[in-house]
Amino acid sequence: MNIQIRGIHKAFASFPALDGVNLDIESGELIALLGPSGSGKTTLLRTIAGLEFPDEGAILFGGEDIANRPVRERGVGFVFQHYALFKHMTVAENIAFGLNVRKDRPSKEAIRQRVNELLDLVQLSGLDKRYPTQLSGGQRQRVALARALAIEPKVLLLDEPFGALDAKVRKDLRRWLRELHDKTGYTTIFVTHDQEEALELADRVVVMNRGRIEQVGNNQQVYEQPATPFVFDFLGSVNILPGEVKNRELRFEGSDDVWDSESKETGLVDIYVRPHDLQLVEAAAPGLDAQVTLVQRAGAVIRISANLASSGERIELELSHLDTLARSRQPGDAIRVAPITFGLFPRAPHRQPKTLPDVVPNAPAESRERAR
Amino acid sequence: MTADASLQDPPALPPEFRPEGPLLHRNAAISEPAWVQRILISLALLFLLGFLLLPLISVFAEALRNGWVTYKDALFEPDAIAAIKLTLLVAALAVPLNLVFGIAAAWAITKFEFRGKSVLISLIDLPFSVSPVVAGVIYIMIFGRHGWAGPWLDENDIKIVFAVPGIVLATVFVTFPFVARELIPLMHEQGTDNEQAALTLGASGWKTFWHVTLPSIKWALLYGVLLCSARAMGEFGAVSVVSGHIRGQTNTMPLHVEILYNEYQFAGAFAVASILALFALITLALKSYLEWRHGDELAATRRH
Repeated sequence: MNIQIRGIHKAFASFPALDGVNLDIESGELIALLGPSGSGKTTLLRTIAGLEFPDEGAILFGGEDIANRPVRERGVGFVFQHYALFKHMTVAENIAFGLNVRKDRPSKEAIRQRVNELLDLVQLSGLDKRYPTQLSGGQRQRVALARALAIEPKVLLLDEPFGALDAKVRKDLRRWLRELHDKTGYTTIFVTHDQEEALELADRVVVMNRGRIEQVGNNQQVYEQPATPFVFDFLGSVNILPGEVKNRELRFEGSDDVWDSESKETGLVDIYVRPHDLQLVEAAAPGLDAQVTLVQRAGAVIRISANLASSGERIELELSHLDTLARSRQPGDAIRVAPITFGLFPRAPHRQPKTLPDVVPNAPAESRERAR
Repeated sequence: MTADASLQDPPALPPEFRPEGPLLHRNAAISEPAWVQRILISLALLFLLGFLLLPLISVFAEALRNGWVTYKDALFEPDAIAAIKLTLLVAALAVPLNLVFGIAAAWAITKFEFRGKSVLISLIDLPFSVSPVVAGVIYIMIFGRHGWAGPWLDENDIKIVFAVPGIVLATVFVTFPFVARELIPLMHEQGTDNEQAALTLGASGWKTFWHVTLPSIKWALLYGVLLCSARAMGEFGAVSVVSGHIRGQTNTMPLHVEILYNEYQFAGAFAVASILALFALITLALKSYLEWRHGDELAATRRH
């Protein structure tokens, strides 16, 4: 089922949770809605499900506008962050619930057969008589998924599906969910604030911020060609350096060396460089002089913090342990740094803090916690 | 191939959370010396014995003082039977009413956001803070002969005060908070995730309530109903004001006990009192049983 979202606006009191969202989703795609808390990603998911109604805009399932249809007529499978399993029902009863409440209820035998198929699919055969409290977090999430799949939904929606799980369980479940998606082919949308999760699992990532979509693209596009400074900053860490573009030539502030620029930006710019896109170069090569302040070795990665000689600005580098120039660096050493790739954006009037605020400050609590 | 961590069973509970209880019962660091413990325990036991157990025993002892036959005669006297019947009837009407009101109030308060919610919560607590006599007087002022609705009721020949409807109204008022108060904390903790899940799975509102909400609150609900019925059978103050004390017609058991006692018919008074006490004991026993069951279930819902 392909889904089109057209001009969705939704406000909680005076807080605009969704501020004009447009999105096209192809049938069978696995899409991640990625963003910080309060970015509107969960509200968008709940609006698609019919658990929230938009103030404005249309949602088309296979060409048909369903924005004003109640949730139970939409045929969506929704998996909640905290599973929302029915605690007084066994695993089998939980999975069968959606079939039992149907008007055209299938026969007992048909339901039993379908439940067994689904238990097989989520690899929990034999646990049908257990109650949710007797299951681990990973098992509960699988039951929640089987329950959502039982109604053969047009689209599968998952709200922070791995949010409440241990790191190891999360990783295994992620891989399994990808396999399950490839096997069943349901159009799937999931919400996450974990960029690694989004990049690893999804066909396409939708990066959201303050109720708007910043960029839609496959994981390579959003990571390597971020459309906005926000996307650059949110998907991994970044150094922001001042510079200037003239006649397609980029000059870093405090350096006479020139880099080619294919960007259409001109004038004063902010240069966004990821720590692993910086390299150490010989003293004669084009680059920026800096002084090492901290060296950390983490596995195969050497992290170096350094202050630029020209401005004193702090930069971070991530280098391979195989890099001969990076080896045996000590705090106090003079180094020369050159960017391999970078992004250019017009100079921001006020330089943004390097760490993102976790929560949009004026977001009302209920817009994020309504489901609890 | 490595084992998939998301398929693993939950770990066994540590000893202190197992149903059979913790391995360590005593914590020496917060214990008193043995002689202090003994004195405190004896004091507590003496108090329980003197103020709770002895009166209860004496009710039954006094009732049976003149032998089984007198006891039976006192109970099978028509006025006494009428009082017992009326008490059970009032409880049978008031408790279901409060069951419905209580669920509705708890549902509204815990599953929806609306203006004036805190006022509603305070209103539910009102019967706990207002003296039952005041509640009775209020009904007299509204429905009595000289009350606001009195003339209209007279014209249409509807009797509320000094009749069964008045007694039921007063009892409903006094016992209103029991069911709602029991449900609100539990339903608040459970949130609305389960209801939303049921809706996405295609259940109607009614099916969601019947198959999802109600089963998850059933023990708390039963517990509230038991407390409510115990209070409904024992209510004196409010009922005393609105009943009019008409023997054989509007006398409930507590009122009947008082009348007999004031007329120096001690055997009769204690006989009826013993039945009232018996009802209370049965309720208490049921309540303890449910508390034990319900405690388990509560623990289960809290374990995530």
